[in-house]
Amino acid sequence: MEVLFLLSVSAALKQGQITPTELCQKCLSLIKKTKFLNAYITVSEEVALKQAEESEKRYKNGQSLGDLDGIPIAVKDNFSTSGIETTCASNMLKGYIPPYNATVVQKLLDQGALLMGKTNLDEFAMGSGSTDGIFGPVKNPWSYSKQYREKRKQNPHSKNEDSDWLITGGSSGGSAAAVSAFTCYAALGSDTGGSTRNPAAHCGLVGFKPSYGLVSRHGLIPLVNSMDVPGILTRCVDDAAIVLGALAGPDPKDSTTVHDPINKPFMLPSLADVSKLCIGIPKEYLIPELSSEVRSLWSKAADLFESEGAKVLEVSLPHTSYSIVCYHVLCTSEVASNMARFDGLQYGHRCDINVSTEAMYAATRREGFNDVVRGRILSGNFFLLKENYENYFVKAQKVRRLIANDFVNAFNSGVDVLLTPTTLSEAVPYLEFIKEDNRTRSAQDDIFTQAVNMAGLPAVSIPVALSNQGLPIGLQFIGRAFCDQQLLTVARWFEKQVQFPVIQLQELMDDCSAVLENEKSASVSLKQ
Amino acid sequence: MWSRLVWLGLRAPLGGRQGFTSKADPQGSGRITAQVIEHLERLALVDFGSCEAVARLEKAIAFADRLRAVDTDGVEPMESVLEDRCLYLRSDNVVEGNCADELLQNSHRVVEEYFVAPPGNISLPKLDEQEPFPHS
Repeated sequence: MEVLFLLSVSAALKQGQITPTELCQKCLSLIKKTKFLNAYITVSEEVALKQAEESEKRYKNGQSLGDLDGIPIAVKDNFSTSGIETTCASNMLKGYIPPYNATVVQKLLDQGALLMGKTNLDEFAMGSGSTDGIFGPVKNPWSYSKQYREKRKQNPHSKNEDSDWLITGGSSGGSAAAVSAFTCYAALGSDTGGSTRNPAAHCGLVGFKPSYGLVSRHGLIPLVNSMDVPGILTRCVDDAAIVLGALAGPDPKDSTTVHDPINKPFMLPSLADVSKLCIGIPKEYLIPELSSEVRSLWSKAADLFESEGAKVLEVSLPHTSYSIVCYHVLCTSEVASNMARFDGLQYGHRCDINVSTEAMYAATRREGFNDVVRGRILSGNFFLLKENYENYFVKAQKVRRLIANDFVNAFNSGVDVLLTPTTLSEAVPYLEFIKEDNRTRSAQDDIFTQAVNMAGLPAVSIPVALSNQGLPIGLQFIGRAFCDQQLLTVARWFEKQVQFPVIQLQELMDDCSAVLENEKSASVSLKQ
Repeated sequence: MWSRLVWLGLRAPLGGRQGFTSKADPQGSGRITAQVIEHLERLALVDFGSCEAVARLEKAIAFADRLRAVDTDGVEPMESVLEDRCLYLRSDNVVEGNCADELLQNSHRVVEEYFVAPPGNISLPKLDEQEPFPHS
């Protein structure tokens, strides 16, 4: 019996059925085997083994730090990690080694987690496919799953197996692939417009976006300061709650974290029944581009809640159709400002030109940024020009308030949680994805997720079922601000109802079964 | 980068100060004139580099123009979702720092404890003094 989840492997560690070093070795071996997925930019093998050694000492002395002690995790490469290269998948930061840890990384390390490595992403987290970084695209592990391959064998038109591999979604695709392929138990992503929830849906994972202000952004290389949050990717809701418990809380180094007392630890109460719950279904999210499979699952999910006694209401978020436009303006404007810090002087790439400061900055930035980043910087600067400021930037800020108010009104009408799709369809093949440019794709793929970032609300994508092609489809739950615990409680109830299947990467797992032999007695599975 | 001749060749049919409008975008009203391009490139210190990039910007602007349809009379701009809260101020005590060495390590050009920059106060050459996007 595989020990797939954080809580179960943590129990195994505490009972001495497996040591942190063995667990670390197993994950390192899987990372090597799954190298073709291109999920990791940097594998911090020595660091992880050293951390495992220290964790082992703690367990021997009965002094484990908690549920995360000895647990392998991965971190998206836009979080600063002291002494470990942090690139944001960009030439601008290639070779950059931060002298400090992001607060969320530090918190995980303080809990004894093992840092397996830094994961791949779209350059500077701009994109919805994890295809636009300098280290190449990330491949979705489901491309190689038994579930997908068997369906494809039935299709007489299926071509050569590897050329049709699927994207992970993005921009936290590396983190999603890392968790989905069992190379770690949890991974940090970032979420500005859906960058954690989108790949979670495509890779069959739980992708959680906390309320803005709940988790510190210090050390997360910023994209849009008013919308970014660190995101959590895990294989089940309980695991996400454990990680959130370690990360949530005020940080004097991030003035946008709130200092309200929060219930810690984040142990989710079991939801016995949903009869007191009111689920809202935003009608404007039913758009023609939504695939019929996702629509059908969305509908079935609503029916499930209703059949179990919950109230299911249609609600309206009237400004939904403007939300992606508003996001586009605000995002590019903040990006224009945030990317100004990259001038080659104090860190990062620097060109060889020495004629003047401006010439040096310009050439450094031309060499360091890819087209997508440069395009957004230029768009943002356009919207911020004096003659455009009122009509674009301020206008978008006003529309943002209207969108945030839409959510407030929906929740005030008695709704506890909103239920929506996460993505338009299942993961698409890479060759199809690249037919459209980054901006177009982002506008399409972020449609259900970015309004949440504008309102600062918590949201989570839960894997629901496999499509006709054997690929994961996820649905999104959106909660009230700072009601993350309630949101996760509902999500966990739903997860138990749908019983999403485990990915079958058989060839990879066979070699690991020997290591896991002695875990049979501590077997805990989702079905319990 | 683009040679001047290529650009002159491309610009000729478009004429005058029309700018690089993309055919795919019906609203390309020539808002992206050469002046705007130069202005943006100097503000952003990032260059367009190609005709496609200008076309992409025009599409981005056309996309953003959809916001005009929203009635925002009497609506205040929203800067932060946490606007109703007081900003937390920590006490004014020095608790960290003294890490000059670590910070200097990340720079390519350093002299003693200084970051070295090329001479400032020299503007970028005007566009018609360098390669692409000449003035009309």
